[in-house]
Amino acid sequence: MEPILVAKNLSKKYGKVVALESANLELYPGEVLGVIGDNGAGKSTLIKVLCGAVIPDSGEILLDGKPVTFTSPIEARTLGIETVYQNLALSPALSITDNMFLGREIRQKGFMGKFLKFLDKKAMADEARKRLSELGLLTIQNINQLVETLSGGQRQGVAVARATSFGTKVVIMDEPTAALGVKESRRVLELISEVRARGIPIILISHNMPHVFEVADRIHVHRLGTRLCVIDPNKYEMSDAVAFMTGAKEPPQN
Amino acid sequence: MNKISDDISKDLKDQPKFSSDLGEKDQDHHTFDVGEQSSLKKIQHFLHGNPTIVPVIILILSVIGFGFIAGGKFFSAFNLSLIVQQVTIVGILAAAQTLIILTAGIDLSVAAMMVLASVFMGKLSVEMGIPTLPAIAVGMVSGIATGAFNGLLVTRLRLPPFIVTLGTWNIFFALVIFFTGSQSIRSSDIEINAPLLHFWGERINLGGFVFTYGAFLMIGIFVFLWFLLNKTAWGRHVYAIGDDKDAAELSGIRTDRMLVSIYAVAGLVVAIGAWVSIGRVGSVSPTSFYEGNLDSITAVVIGGTSLFGGRGTIIGSLFGALIVGVFSSGLSIAGLDVLWQRFALGCLIIIAVGIDQWIRKVSN
Repeated sequence: MEPILVAKNLSKKYGKVVALESANLELYPGEVLGVIGDNGAGKSTLIKVLCGAVIPDSGEILLDGKPVTFTSPIEARTLGIETVYQNLALSPALSITDNMFLGREIRQKGFMGKFLKFLDKKAMADEARKRLSELGLLTIQNINQLVETLSGGQRQGVAVARATSFGTKVVIMDEPTAALGVKESRRVLELISEVRARGIPIILISHNMPHVFEVADRIHVHRLGTRLCVIDPNKYEMSDAVAFMTGAKEPPQN
Repeated sequence: MNKISDDISKDLKDQPKFSSDLGEKDQDHHTFDVGEQSSLKKIQHFLHGNPTIVPVIILILSVIGFGFIAGGKFFSAFNLSLIVQQVTIVGILAAAQTLIILTAGIDLSVAAMMVLASVFMGKLSVEMGIPTLPAIAVGMVSGIATGAFNGLLVTRLRLPPFIVTLGTWNIFFALVIFFTGSQSIRSSDIEINAPLLHFWGERINLGGFVFTYGAFLMIGIFVFLWFLLNKTAWGRHVYAIGDDKDAAELSGIRTDRMLVSIYAVAGLVVAIGAWVSIGRVGSVSPTSFYEGNLDSITAVVIGGTSLFGGRGTIIGSLFGALIVGVFSSGLSIAGLDVLWQRFALGCLIIIAVGIDQWIRKVSN
């Protein structure tokens, strides 16, 4: 099977600090790839390069086998790489529907939409409701509720629904459970499985080993600015992963 | 080294394992804390969802209150319509100001922009003999250009709107003095050379209520902006930028371009206000509306729009302007000195911002 997203020899330096050194990454269709690494290992730089927030000094990114370049998260997004940021990038004072379609609004058909630029609020609300129920988030009753009235997990749900709604090829999720309680984390992990079930591959960055081990199909261990190894969560223990991450144990050769 | 990793692995094993029996219970969190709200909390939530209610209540209470204090004179058709006439200009400025404040900005230069646009309209048509409509068009362009200039300074130089518009207020005011040589354009000259400039000052009598055309235009501007803010993507983006600019940028909104367009639209609204102001005042005076900046901010704040951006309604600002008008009229009919009008207005501003802060706490 061909990988959908490939990063080859990515390097990035900040002055004398090497954040990435010939880093590689492959994401295959329909999988959840966990990305773990110690603080300062360069995993957040790697992710920022993949989502367009940081431009690498060298190296290339292939999407569907074709080389792509982007200079902003918006460009990455138009190519189909969606990112769910840790702070979610939602506007709390706007409704769920408004947030889901922010920057990609649906206009009314005909004169009202074309010349008066009126929004088709009904179409957007219907679509938003459909997306949320597909992800098993129908418990959110009122689609026009303001996002700030939602719980942390529900907000995550809205952000994920938005990220998977617009012809998305890849979803990058940055620490999606970091700010959540046990129950809410549970929901988000289910959400990740739900997205995978719909055929959208996910790159999951997390510090939470149990979470990564629960949902990831493969785990990419990042260390000292590059990929140390990729492990199968069924064949290794969490303690092994931590040992690889910290350099306490030699990685498997693969 | 191996010992450390063993310790970590032990810690990891001690962590609670996630089990699927949480699955059923976790539906609870979607409805939590709804049942156990105090009535004060309910009010807070209600006001949070309906930000225009506060100014409406203040307006109704102040009308009733001044009815008692000032008596029947206050309720006369003439007086009530006079209030609307008096708030026309501040109302239009407040409409423009609302757009800026919704983006978490502030515009101290609106009144100076307006006077500058009215100077262009008056100078060109009255003194340079250019037909009135093209002269008005130049005034409109001046409004859009000065607004966009503010927007460019805010976005390109990344300066706070407060500082940018404090600067441009002075710059525009200086330009007004430069172009006019501190001379007013007299009402009688306008009437002879460019009567169209007085159009919005014409009055119609509806059963004792006397309205200027300008008052209707003000209402029209508010309705138009309401549609713009609530029915178009542009309007939603105004709120999104004021709410969280970084989030808006990550959502794909070109925030800088949007901000310039918002300042430009506000400039256009201000320029329309310039035309109306010539009809209202009669003449074009370089020193008029000196307090228009702060009055417009007052109206917006009393109207329930948050100075922190992203929250508020355009219609609230109309009510805010009317509240200011009702207070000034009521207090002066009650025979109180102008200083007490200012005193009351000051209290009103602080109360309005206090209520806004309290309502905003709901989201935490």
